[in-house]
Amino acid sequence: MAGMARSPRIIAGIVAVALAAGAAAAFAIVWQPAIAAIEPPPPASFDPAVVKRGRELAALGNCSSCHTVRGGQDFAGGVPVPTPFGVVFSSNITPDPETGIGRWSEEAFGRAMSSGVNREGQHLYPTFPYDHFTNVTDEDDRALYAFLMTRPPVDAVARPNELVFPLDQRPIIAGWKLLFLRRETFQPDPAKSAEWNRGAYLVDGLAHCGACHTPRNALGAERVSAQFAGGEADNWHAYALNDRAHAPVPWNTESLYAYLRNGWHPDHGTARGPMAEVVSNLSTVPDTDVRAIAIYMTDVSGAAKPERDRSAVLAQAESAPAQGDPTGAAIYVAACASCHESGRPLPYGGVNLALSTAVTSPDPRNLANLILAGVPAVAGERSPIMPGFADSMTDAQVTSLLNYLRTRFSKEQPWTDVEKTVADARRTQTALLQTSIGPRNVPADPSQRDQP
Amino acid sequence: MMTLKVNGQENHIDADPDTPLLYVLRDDLKLNAAKFGCGLGQCGSCTVIVDGKAVLSCVTPLVLLEGKQVTTLEGLGTVSAPAPIQRAFMEEQAAQCGYCIAGMMMRAQALLLRNPKPTDAQIRAELQPNLCRCGTHMRILRAVHRAARLMDTADASANERSGQ
Amino acid sequence: MNAPVILDRRRVLQGGGALIVSFSLSRAFAQEGAPAAAKRPGSLATASYLDAWLRIDADGRITAFTGKAELGQGFKTAFQQIAAEQLDVAFQAIHVVTADTQLTANEGYTSGSHSMQDSGTAILNAAAQVRELLIAEAARRLGLAVEGLKTDSGAVVAPDGRRITYGELVAADMLHVQAQPQSKLKDPATFKVMGHPVPRVDIPAKVTGGEAYVQDMRLPDMVHARVVRPPSYGAQLVECDSSAVEKLPGVVKVVRDGNFLAVVADKEFQAVKAMNALAAAAKWKESPSLPRQDDLLNVITSLPSQDSTNRSDPSVSGQKTVEATYTRSYQSHGSIGPSCAVAHFVGDAMTVWTHTQGVYPDRQAIAEMLRMPPASVRLIHVEGSGCYGHNGADDVAADAALIARALPGRPVRVQWMREQEHAWEPFGPAMVTKLRASLDADGRIADWNFAVWSNTHSMRPGNAGTLLAAQHMAQGFAVPPPKPLPLPEGGGDRNAIPLYNFANAHVVHHFIPAMPLRISAMRALGAYHNVFSIESFMDELAGLAGADAVEFRLRHLEDARGRDVIEKAAQEFGWTRDQKPQAGRGYGFAFARYKNLAAYCAIASEVEVNRETGRARLLRAVAAVDSGQVVNPDGLTNQIEGAIMQSMSWTLYESVSFDDTRITSIDWQTYPILRFDAVPDRIDVHIINRPGQPFLGSGETGQGPAAASIANAIAHATGKRLRNLPLTRKRIKDAIDA
Ligand code: FES
Ligand code: FES
Repeated sequence: MAGMARSPRIIAGIVAVALAAGAAAAFAIVWQPAIAAIEPPPPASFDPAVVKRGRELAALGNCSSCHTVRGGQDFAGGVPVPTPFGVVFSSNITPDPETGIGRWSEEAFGRAMSSGVNREGQHLYPTFPYDHFTNVTDEDDRALYAFLMTRPPVDAVARPNELVFPLDQRPIIAGWKLLFLRRETFQPDPAKSAEWNRGAYLVDGLAHCGACHTPRNALGAERVSAQFAGGEADNWHAYALNDRAHAPVPWNTESLYAYLRNGWHPDHGTARGPMAEVVSNLSTVPDTDVRAIAIYMTDVSGAAKPERDRSAVLAQAESAPAQGDPTGAAIYVAACASCHESGRPLPYGGVNLALSTAVTSPDPRNLANLILAGVPAVAGERSPIMPGFADSMTDAQVTSLLNYLRTRFSKEQPWTDVEKTVADARRTQTALLQTSIGPRNVPADPSQRDQP
Repeated sequence: MMTLKVNGQENHIDADPDTPLLYVLRDDLKLNAAKFGCGLGQCGSCTVIVDGKAVLSCVTPLVLLEGKQVTTLEGLGTVSAPAPIQRAFMEEQAAQCGYCIAGMMMRAQALLLRNPKPTDAQIRAELQPNLCRCGTHMRILRAVHRAARLMDTADASANERSGQ
Repeated sequence: MNAPVILDRRRVLQGGGALIVSFSLSRAFAQEGAPAAAKRPGSLATASYLDAWLRIDADGRITAFTGKAELGQGFKTAFQQIAAEQLDVAFQAIHVVTADTQLTANEGYTSGSHSMQDSGTAILNAAAQVRELLIAEAARRLGLAVEGLKTDSGAVVAPDGRRITYGELVAADMLHVQAQPQSKLKDPATFKVMGHPVPRVDIPAKVTGGEAYVQDMRLPDMVHARVVRPPSYGAQLVECDSSAVEKLPGVVKVVRDGNFLAVVADKEFQAVKAMNALAAAAKWKESPSLPRQDDLLNVITSLPSQDSTNRSDPSVSGQKTVEATYTRSYQSHGSIGPSCAVAHFVGDAMTVWTHTQGVYPDRQAIAEMLRMPPASVRLIHVEGSGCYGHNGADDVAADAALIARALPGRPVRVQWMREQEHAWEPFGPAMVTKLRASLDADGRIADWNFAVWSNTHSMRPGNAGTLLAAQHMAQGFAVPPPKPLPLPEGGGDRNAIPLYNFANAHVVHHFIPAMPLRISAMRALGAYHNVFSIESFMDELAGLAGADAVEFRLRHLEDARGRDVIEKAAQEFGWTRDQKPQAGRGYGFAFARYKNLAAYCAIASEVEVNRETGRARLLRAVAAVDSGQVVNPDGLTNQIEGAIMQSMSWTLYESVSFDDTRITSIDWQTYPILRFDAVPDRIDVHIINRPGQPFLGSGETGQGPAAASIANAIAHATGKRLRNLPLTRKRIKDAIDA
């Protein structure tokens, strides 16, 4: 079970742990017993109501994003997570008895969720975010189990991870757990509302938002002190969600709710990259859960920057004279403005770039990713489309465009090292596009122009 | 005024640097194959090849093309001396109205340059950005497979002739 | 207006009403409909002189003329085959000229799969009769009897070997004679060109970048224009300061006439830039006028309607009764190339190059709009991107003409932008059908009730008021009142009457004149939804009867050719009773005879449904088609493949979206269609050739059966019946989860 937090630094952290703690110190927790294999339970033995809850929980947990490969069978695994030390492949979590989790009992499944140990007793790499899932209640684990065990079984042998020694030695993971796996379960805060607590339970648990949005320490664990200060996923910058957020129009509960519910917001644009998969899944969960997440998130994000509304931001952008890199300007006119200045309503028109966090963010990676890879159409669905420019622009040209956009649409300092970011983006995005499942439920379908 | 290399010929173009290549090809160079379909990068009917890669000419400004080689369908062959991909589309009768076909062929050609023996899945994935409204898809797929075979035998016979 | 008018069969058969048939009695009548004995075949009935169809020059060159427009269906090649065959010349010896108000017969519109029936039949007979005339002339010159003479490769040959070429034989107005009702057609067994696959004549240019479309025309001194359309139906231009636009580089002129606004520039991209600037300068007053998109069922059925109905024996009724309601959204033609035209106004003559489907009716409308005599307006058909019915072709021709008149002497090329095509083309109308039927004790359908609500399906030109430019002019033209298209072809009620034999059937057409959205003819008109409904419902009834879908259809069908295509499709598909698909997959079947008088088509399909996402994919389809005598088998196959693919896209994905004021599906993001990842693994088309039988139009015959076949396969795969088109992923998913 490789998880959401596809960060090479996790793996790097494991190395460090192995060296620092030494195998002997870790030995005490290394050994975990196997849990007896069972005959796969017949799908009919599960209560449909529990299965349905499990489906929603799986969507909240964004499970499909890591466990389904582009063009592959649902939950059959095989998504590669490239790291500097090799590749971890996600596992098959369909109930196939030989290659999936068909022989796992409910107990074995619960143990994997809370302790990151598989049925046979092996430690799982923390790319599977059990450091969050340890918060999930037994009841929710049961529902997830019921959901997964009622999926069509897929015979798909997990590809062995391609890791270098000693990282291919699973006992090493035990050392990491010793340091970073907090085994407390979620405790509600009686001073807060039920919605807030529900949001906290989801955000810190199953939805594992921090796995991407919280920076990690040298050992690859989330930095508790910098929760939601911005992290990374799949070579995308996961924006800061706390008071350091760079959104031109500050987020509030309503806008965050609408964004998570619909996948876009008129003040912020459309979810992209790995977040597109997240909102695609969120479009299938109960409205109350999305609202709870928004309520909790806006509360813990700290005080908003001085309020600015959309019209103020746009007015300011309009008054800003077109300036900057002339090549970038020409590219912008022909390649970008036809959509981004078409005056068409979101989510299909292309956001006015003055509203785009990608332009104001301290890290130009997301913008580079988008320009290179574009946004492919989602088959048969109303969905925003943006052509990718990887094949028509050189790194230098993309750099010109990025610099132009930064100067023209934000008041921030110019980015540094842009050309290197572009080169990295070119390298990493191509691999991701081959394997990532991409959004499958497109929530972006406005009934009125510009109104979610 | 800038120099634009199209189908092996140098052209002096008097257009703004932000003019999309599509209009330069159609209007200044009087070429027919690249078609206006959407102007938004959504349909692929304007696809041409730039330095071996398939590119949407409607969202590619002139300024990006300095020093690059542009190839359009006209540059591949003619009715009397068709390129393998053109022969393949004729032999498979892979067109209804045909408006999308030039773009399809250019994208397929770029794929075949990069990968002479693509699988069916690779061809489908490659052609994803291109739309056809007449429903000629089955024939287009067949034609691309046929083009791959034709190029293969053309290469083989060329190699034979050159004694390789 | 809502009270149904009950027409009794006798009155209908006498031709008293709009609805002609009651199927159980009068199918034969409905079919070939050959009332008058001496009627000339095909379009010879209206353009009877042979030289309207064929010309032979003294140097032997032969030209065939058709008033129909090549739209990518490949009939230009088929006509060439027909003429070559009947004249006994090589295929290459014929040149075909298509619709041109100065050169060709008035054959109305190229629509309704009529080209082969009308024009193909005319050319077939004209060519046969010309051949007879040439033989007769040769006999006269040689002093021989007609009987001994043969034709071969463009010459008449005497038994002694003497040859006289057609070019030598033909004299000034020898072909200016009226056609006979009967022709001496060649024996199909001797065909050398007809019935054989011939590569299409238009394809070489299309795959090498030749000049193939009106979009590719470049006349000397030509300028480019772009129109700025209102943002919504009925919007009024309140203010537009165009002075800055007029100063933009290359801009030649800004044309304004009421709400009609356009700009002309030397180069195309200059025109696009100027259009954007002009659009930004224009201020419009809009008013919300559109109904709720998510409630089409109630919107459509509550609009005032004029009802016509026909019924058969009301005394028969069955035991088990089921009812179902089916709906269809507004759908777009969605041509890949936005509509385009070139117009040139010289002296007092207007010439328009256009991809209209009807050069004569469009000329009529444009002449009226320009307040010019029709004789001073010439329309020449040039191919455009595939249109699948009445799209923006006629409107852009009118735009070009109106702009060209403001710029005498200069050819003006206008192409619509993607957004304009999507927002302003006339859509395929939304429809609602309600069905109710009962089974008798033997599992046969005893009584059948079918009601369809829809607009007219044709707002084609003829009147200026059908053209956007004419509507928007200051001295505008009113939209003409919509009219139902009469059966047996029908419009909204096309194929509403099932071909099956039911003891008691009752069919009502609620014709709705009011049209909240601009609509007109889209491939197959009402037949798409009516066949979808009938053939879905047949499966529902088969399920109720515990019968196999194919067997159940055959149980109710006497028509021998219909039975043949059903059996052929089933057999080639490998259809068996109690067949078991793989998990997550389903099989579906459907059948129709287009308009109950054109080609027969049966389609079996296999569909896979992803239960997690609801996404359905057609894996394979097998079609069997009988379109009478086949002229170009590969061309026919291509048409049927295309029909299945397009219908699949309509059926799974497509609906026009709108809010209370504007059309919001304005490009391929907001109006998604089939892309390659959803293309089936295979499509097989099996043709049942009927040598010597009349041509039966087939370009539209696949739309309805493909839709129903896919819907039935989805029902088979999921156990859930979806009745609202399109059968989107979301709807399938909701049905699975329900
Ligand atoms: S015209 Fe370029 S993608 Fe559509
Ligand atoms: S052949 Fe007509 S759009 Fe593809």
